[in-house]
Amino acid sequence: MNRIKRARTVQTVAVAITGAAAAFIIAAALFLFVYIVVRGAPAISWEFLTDVPRKQMKEGGILPAIVGTLALTLGTAAFALPIGVAAGIYLSEYAPRGRSTRLIRLAISNMAGVPSIVYGLFGLALFVILLDLGKSILAGALTLACLTLPVIITATEEALRQIPSDLRQASLALGATRWRTIYRIVLPAAAPGIVTGSILGLSRAAGETAPILFTAAVYYKRQMPDSVFADVMVLPYHIFILATQVTGRPDDIIWGTALVLVGGVTAISVAAATWRSIQRRKVRW
Amino acid sequence: MVTAQSHAGKGSFDLHDVSVTYGSETAIAGVSMHIEPNAVTALIGPSGCGKSTLLRCLNRMNDELGNAKVAGRILLDGVDVYDKEYDPVELRTKVGQVFQKPNPFPMTIYDNVAYGPRTQGIRKRSDLDALVERSLTRAALWGEVKKDLKKHAFELSGGQQQRVCIARALATEPEVLLMDEPASSLDPISTQQIEDTIAELKEYVTIVIVTHNMQQAARISDKTAFMLRESMEEPAFLVEVGETRTMFTNPGDKRTEAYITGRFG
Repeated sequence: MNRIKRARTVQTVAVAITGAAAAFIIAAALFLFVYIVVRGAPAISWEFLTDVPRKQMKEGGILPAIVGTLALTLGTAAFALPIGVAAGIYLSEYAPRGRSTRLIRLAISNMAGVPSIVYGLFGLALFVILLDLGKSILAGALTLACLTLPVIITATEEALRQIPSDLRQASLALGATRWRTIYRIVLPAAAPGIVTGSILGLSRAAGETAPILFTAAVYYKRQMPDSVFADVMVLPYHIFILATQVTGRPDDIIWGTALVLVGGVTAISVAAATWRSIQRRKVRW
Repeated sequence: MVTAQSHAGKGSFDLHDVSVTYGSETAIAGVSMHIEPNAVTALIGPSGCGKSTLLRCLNRMNDELGNAKVAGRILLDGVDVYDKEYDPVELRTKVGQVFQKPNPFPMTIYDNVAYGPRTQGIRKRSDLDALVERSLTRAALWGEVKKDLKKHAFELSGGQQQRVCIARALATEPEVLLMDEPASSLDPISTQQIEDTIAELKEYVTIVIVTHNMQQAARISDKTAFMLRESMEEPAFLVEVGETRTMFTNPGDKRTEAYITGRFG
């Protein structure tokens, strides 16, 4: 009886501790979100979203930074998605179990652990200087793609792994090659997982500052980029500049810029999650 | 129009001293037998006796398991299917398979059945339509689904899904159909329907069916092969193969008799 009582107490404490941790996460996320919205909302206006910065960036808008971040993120997707998905397919569907595959996996998890500023230096050395791309959208997108690759590879591999192997067997047994099995059966079924994981990786890339510091971002530029070789203003770097370099600016434009960044990333994530749940309802295992 | 192929007389297998090893473990050894065309051959035996492993040799699905090695000779209509020049992808268009658990693709009934023909490059709508109708008819499902061909296959019952899988395997017009306990996850009524289907199918294809259900083997097969693994240290082997009626009434081997009368397994 005593033992049972003690077990119950332990159980109650366990529920309390794990529950409190979960509640803390919700509270932190909620606070962050609400705080950014409350501080940033007053700055948001049509002019803020569509004008260039004026008066030493104390007034006007942030359009060049929005365009720059969009361009960099799309460029990142263009490089990281095909390579990452292809590598994920190789690892999940083709790679033989052995030393070389272990080496690839080790390389991927190491890539995921490299600090983003190191990617910045790497991008500066390889893309900006060695390949002579200069400080540009191209160099920045390539650098961010390196940073995002491990996320996309892992997401792809995980999504493919969840597809039941008897579907692959059924396709192979019908005289389909492995490749046909992958692109007609396995990939379509895994697409929702791949897309969600990839968007998560890309939204992280959209908010990165360090990797683009030396490879793409500029302090101030009124003109919109006219080619992939142009350097650009970007939202996260603009927040840093406003917060540290511009004296006498109203605080709400910093929070307004943060709100635009967070809002954009959230909108894309929500869209991806919605699409995924629609797909889930269509296909159930 | 694709002609309705009948493979009468084709689709016979000859196995000579077939053995399968996984890594260092020999799963089955020394299997020699003849599989007759346009007949139903049942592979029976206790679980773990290598029935499914042997079945997977016939369409080289063991190739896909990575570490499986097949030795001996397996001839399909006199041609060695394990010859270096023989393409397993081509073999599988001649030797179809139905799996233990219904495994339709996540797509419509029509697309499921048309998958094999499309893989072979058949694109013409009228040809595909004809193949889909014929295959579903042979799988005894046409009447139930002809108005719902655009329906997602996952919306069907388990028994219907399995018959979609049979139709899907038939759509490549194979000479042989391998069935790995095709009714083991189904209810009695669905099982009955699958068994009726099998009886009609042997007009078009050779059928090799793995089953752990001896009554089922007795009901539907013409030939029965009994396999056994006597201990975990030894590989499984073929005890005997013969006319189903003889096997079940007057088996030649004591071990067959013991298994069939339910003394083990």
